[in-house]
Amino acid sequence: MKLKFVALALASALSVNAQAQTEIQWWHSMTAVNGEWVNDLAKEFNAKQKEYKIVPTFKGSYDESMTAAIAAFRAGNAPNILQVFEVGTATMMASKGAIVPVGKVMKDAGYKFDPKAYVSAVAGYYTAPSGEMLSFPFNSSTTIFYINKDAFKAAGLDASKPPATWPEVTLAAAKLKASGHKCPLTIAWQGWTQLESFSAWHNVEFATKSNGLAGLDARLKVDSPLHERHIENLANMAKQGLFVYKGRANVPEASFVSGECAMITTSAGFYGNVAKNAKFGYSLATLPYYPDVEGAPQNTVIGGASLWVMSGKKSAEYKGVAAFFDFISSPEVQSASHKRTGYLPITTAAYQLTEKSGFYKEKPGTDIAVQQMIRKVTDKSRGIRLGNYVQIRQVEDEELEQVWSGKKTPKEALQAIVKRGNEHLERFQKANKS
Amino acid sequence: MEKRVQFRSTWLPWLLIAPQVIVIGVFFFWPAAQAVLQSFQVQDAFGMSTEWVGVQNFQELFQNDSYLASFKTTAQFSILVAVLGIGLSLILAIFADRILKGAVVYKTLLIVPYAVAPAVAGVLWIFMFSPSLGVVAYALGHLGFEWNHLLNEGHGMTLIVMAAVWKQISYNFLFFLAGLQSIPKSLIEAAAIDGAKAWRRFWTIQFPLLSPTTFFLLVINMVYAFFDTFAIVDATTHGGPGQATSILVYKAYYDGFKAMDLGGSAAQSVVLMTIVIALTVIQFRFVEKKVNY
Repeated sequence: MKLKFVALALASALSVNAQAQTEIQWWHSMTAVNGEWVNDLAKEFNAKQKEYKIVPTFKGSYDESMTAAIAAFRAGNAPNILQVFEVGTATMMASKGAIVPVGKVMKDAGYKFDPKAYVSAVAGYYTAPSGEMLSFPFNSSTTIFYINKDAFKAAGLDASKPPATWPEVTLAAAKLKASGHKCPLTIAWQGWTQLESFSAWHNVEFATKSNGLAGLDARLKVDSPLHERHIENLANMAKQGLFVYKGRANVPEASFVSGECAMITTSAGFYGNVAKNAKFGYSLATLPYYPDVEGAPQNTVIGGASLWVMSGKKSAEYKGVAAFFDFISSPEVQSASHKRTGYLPITTAAYQLTEKSGFYKEKPGTDIAVQQMIRKVTDKSRGIRLGNYVQIRQVEDEELEQVWSGKKTPKEALQAIVKRGNEHLERFQKANKS
Repeated sequence: MEKRVQFRSTWLPWLLIAPQVIVIGVFFFWPAAQAVLQSFQVQDAFGMSTEWVGVQNFQELFQNDSYLASFKTTAQFSILVAVLGIGLSLILAIFADRILKGAVVYKTLLIVPYAVAPAVAGVLWIFMFSPSLGVVAYALGHLGFEWNHLLNEGHGMTLIVMAAVWKQISYNFLFFLAGLQSIPKSLIEAAAIDGAKAWRRFWTIQFPLLSPTTFFLLVINMVYAFFDTFAIVDATTHGGPGQATSILVYKAYYDGFKAMDLGGSAAQSVVLMTIVIALTVIQFRFVEKKVNY
């Protein structure tokens, strides 16, 4: 009897609670360690207050969750918050009626929102040409360089000094190969690391119109002599077995963790995986560059994802979204997230807080990504934001593969990227005229 | 003798086929009509603005070199899948038909792959053939054969053909087995008494009597290769290396569902639909004449 009474009281208390709470749907694409991180953020926020309840839902990989959200939007049940990767940013920006700018959401709910608090390369990326910040920076990453220290030592190289320039990388690769290493260098996200980030890092244009940030009429510029020289260099390395192609996107990362490949260029977000799974000494370094190029190294471009607020919801839900965003923009929460995931500390305050805590000294190399990003950016290095970016990335993959297999010369491939990429850009411009 | 059923009422036959008509209408004709409609439009990802552009989507397609190249890839792939799929399953069915002991075990094992989803089939094959981790790739390496479907176009094509054929063999096998079992034993025995050896018996009796099945499977396998294989490509090669395995249906899937270009993707599916309709008509008009029912 007593038990029944307690249960009844509990049930009624819960139901009242559930009615009063406004639920906020958050679709994301974070897996494994990072998925736990997202769930913990929601749990912390839900425990802190009673008015709103954030419900995070994993909706598949970045492109899958975006497709799912678009389909849901067309059917009238989009989530409140959607995590979109950098490649989808231009599409989201162009779909004005589908989203509510994050600045407006915060202002309407009475929170102060200062885009200047963010690292400029981060804020600039999610800001429309009009100067309005459209989405909330969440997990930002960039491209960095990882080396296997044990393999370096075995090859008689100085493991404490990772190669900083491409000529040094080539020399190290040759020594690794001579010592019997089968895969001295591999490359993940080849388009992102070797064309996009490469361009910003050397302060050369990837595309016109400030790499697409300034308008939809941007066109690709990757057939420049510097790009050609770099791809030529990589093609020669591939021919000599110094660079081994291991596939598209982040597929090659597995070959670094397994110890098969000794050097890799990929996302800073790969750090968590390496720290957990690598059974050898490793170190993180800045992306290699060509020392004779003026202005290099500049800064690398942003990757990762941001949070978009979808339109057509109740005003109470927007208030909840704003409260949640306010919660996760505090320097304490951001610094904790940065330490946990390897993603960038997206505000200057969070960076300073992390530095003060002695984290970078404790875990050397974790500040590499930050240092590559916290620099004064130029028009050529602020970021790359293009329409139909998903297809352009695919074009980059298809053409570069033909260079590595020797079917096309670097010049032919780069010209094909420009030609085919521009067709996609023209098409996007046409579909998003307004 | 006419075996036609006579209905007295006029509405009853319609009522009886109504469920089927509704299913086909909702799941086949409606989407097909929508695809045709969308192929004349350009839309942004969220469908906020729609513009009628006439045949522009088609024009852009046919001016695109990589799209035209994809026709050749698709033809190559479809023929390989249909020929290998039908040929191998016919051989398997003949052997399974002759087995006396443990036939059920063999048959079950041969039918199992049909229960596997195409994407899962793709993942299975990529695990075996992955250049750095795959068991088969590793074994091939020891035999002095360097398998690398990441850069070798022939290897890429081989991989998706193997996965697609493996997946379809069960279906073909079932039909061939049923076909073989429906051939009266007396015919084969009579031939055997006349002194015809196994090969001759197969070639002059079984194969001709199987021709309706073979023809049916030819149509089905073509449709399968053209439409149902995008998941295999998506799970294994993503159309690479270069565009060596970028078949038409994968392009349509990719542009529509990954790249959110609905107009372009719809135009591609309309083209694909036209090709398959044309192929089926050709098959019925010309190949069917050689079929003995």
